[in-house]
Amino acid sequence: MDRQPLLSVRDLEIRFRMRHGDLTAVNRVSFDLARGDRLGIVGESGAGKSVTGFGILNLVSKPGYIAGGHLLFEGRELTALPEEELRQIRGNRISMIFQDPMMTLNPVLTVGTQMVETILAHRAVSRAEATAIALDRIRKVAIPSPQKRLQQYPHEFSGGMRQRIVIAIALLNSPALIIADEPTSALDVTIQADILALLLGLCQSEKMGLILITHDLAVVSQVAERIAVMYAGTIVEIGPTAQVAGNPQHPYTRGLLGALPQRVPRGGRLNQIPGLMPTLTRVPEGCPFSNRCTLCEEVCRRRVPPLAPKAAGCLAACHLLD
Amino acid sequence: MNTDTLVSIRDLHKHFDISGGWLDQLRFSGGRFARRKTLVQAVNGVSFDILEGETVSVVGESGCGKSTLARTVMRLYPPQAGEVHYRGRRIDHLSREQFKPYRTRMQMIFQDPYASLNPRMRVRQILEEPIRFHRPKTSGSEVLDQVAEIMQQVGVDPEWRERYPHEFSGGQRQRISIARALAVDPEFIVADEPIAALDVSIQAQILNLMMELQEKRRLTYLFISHDLSVVAHISSRVAVMYLGTLCELAAIDALFDRPRHPYTQALLSAIPRLGAKGFQHQRLTGDVPTPIDLPSGCVFHGRCPHANDRCAREVPKLRPHGDQTQVACHGVEEGRLPV
Repeated sequence: MDRQPLLSVRDLEIRFRMRHGDLTAVNRVSFDLARGDRLGIVGESGAGKSVTGFGILNLVSKPGYIAGGHLLFEGRELTALPEEELRQIRGNRISMIFQDPMMTLNPVLTVGTQMVETILAHRAVSRAEATAIALDRIRKVAIPSPQKRLQQYPHEFSGGMRQRIVIAIALLNSPALIIADEPTSALDVTIQADILALLLGLCQSEKMGLILITHDLAVVSQVAERIAVMYAGTIVEIGPTAQVAGNPQHPYTRGLLGALPQRVPRGGRLNQIPGLMPTLTRVPEGCPFSNRCTLCEEVCRRRVPPLAPKAAGCLAACHLLD
Repeated sequence: MNTDTLVSIRDLHKHFDISGGWLDQLRFSGGRFARRKTLVQAVNGVSFDILEGETVSVVGESGCGKSTLARTVMRLYPPQAGEVHYRGRRIDHLSREQFKPYRTRMQMIFQDPYASLNPRMRVRQILEEPIRFHRPKTSGSEVLDQVAEIMQQVGVDPEWRERYPHEFSGGQRQRISIARALAVDPEFIVADEPIAALDVSIQAQILNLMMELQEKRRLTYLFISHDLSVVAHISSRVAVMYLGTLCELAAIDALFDRPRHPYTQALLSAIPRLGAKGFQHQRLTGDVPTPIDLPSGCVFHGRCPHANDRCAREVPKLRPHGDQTQVACHGVEEGRLPV
């Protein structure tokens, strides 16, 4: 049983029904996540990383829908579960953390009320027991004077403290997996580092799995054990962090790393990836990156490259690496 | 005074009155009503010089007053106190009409290219406007030539001049805002988070463009950013701000190799680093105080691990420490900080 991954995503395909036909936002995405494992999904805006995150919880809202593939979580197929059973998994076995804590917290309820309600919705415990659990989680996210803080409203917290509350809520039912979608993008660097260190520590101490979705490669490299790079709805490269961040295979990943000021001597020119990521209506035939790739050959325009093993435990989708 | 000082900022203060109407200002205390004003003290006594041809970056976290400083230097806000000098001449007290010639010398690029371009104007109109306003004698065909040339320089195809901003991507729009700033051939550009709204690969394009233009046109930049790795890349000197005051001003290598101020040290240690495992950053306790109710003494003393009584009482002055570096910290001054 333990050999089985916690989450197994196979050929996930998410589409959006538009007036002029369907758009494929997530195109045959596959990855596995072992129990307690941390995976980072990086990509630029529009790459499909957030939709993938929502897809795992089967939370894609209309006009989007899961068009194909399998989501196996703790041995259960999430795409086939009725809504009632899905709700037992969401917030219970899988929790989600979003970018803007002001949007996720209810401004007219105290933090304590929101936490207690979440517990009562999922577990058969008394109100007093629920409050005790809430207090314990607030302590876990290192918020000073937890008793007093439980009685306060979200606006009485700073941005960093609010995100701690959101993490505490995500922890309430001791989930096996946390999906964090740009959890620190709205925060300042010093607070970002605090929150990420907290999240990392909790994942390790509570043996939770983590899927960290972000645009920031440096952030991901500090937290995740493996990194998946997404481009125009597909995973173009996935592998151990040291490998993807240190010795990337796919031309897009290489381009992205070269565009980071940290990797270039001060004052030197940064690597530019020419052009833009295609909008979903205009993804090129063959390899989605072909129209921006400097190495592009004829085969790239004709056939979609499969995600195949390349150097040192890395999978990459590129014809030219074979 | 240094001969190649382009802009000199001296003891600049900018406060915003947020107390509202007089009814909102009424407070009842000690048995009678009194009117109280609520002030946001955004910038408090910032001084530094910007030399010709260099890039000075102002970094700090949200609410530290870096954008307010930029806008006050550009005279988009009138300062409460202090002076701004441009090539040795004081400009902050000039009238609108007297200031007009300086507008062609100093231009600004804003953060959000979706908000800073008028959606109802064609690119041609956006780029023509500054030329026609500041150089009204330019003939129609000359204006067109200049627009085409400037579009070419920033990498936007001049064929697209009849298009509207919504037809362009974020990166292209930021190129157009840069073109608009360059249209009047300025020497000094204030860029307020010009790449914060863009994706990594597009950020690289815009940063390269800005560095290229600086070389070609000998531009001087005042660059406002929260992204320290970007700042490390493009600046010659960096000013670190915290809660409206300057903590440290240093040449780029000195700052990143040997930060002096405790806040700078904490800030630098928190930069996400590619390939670092886990987190070893210096943690600050507590939250940033509000600029409505500034702490006494050093504004950082409440969160500083090295603070003592003097820090809580006395405001530290920006003092030179070694070559080009200036630090506002009692601890550094007294030599009681671990180096």
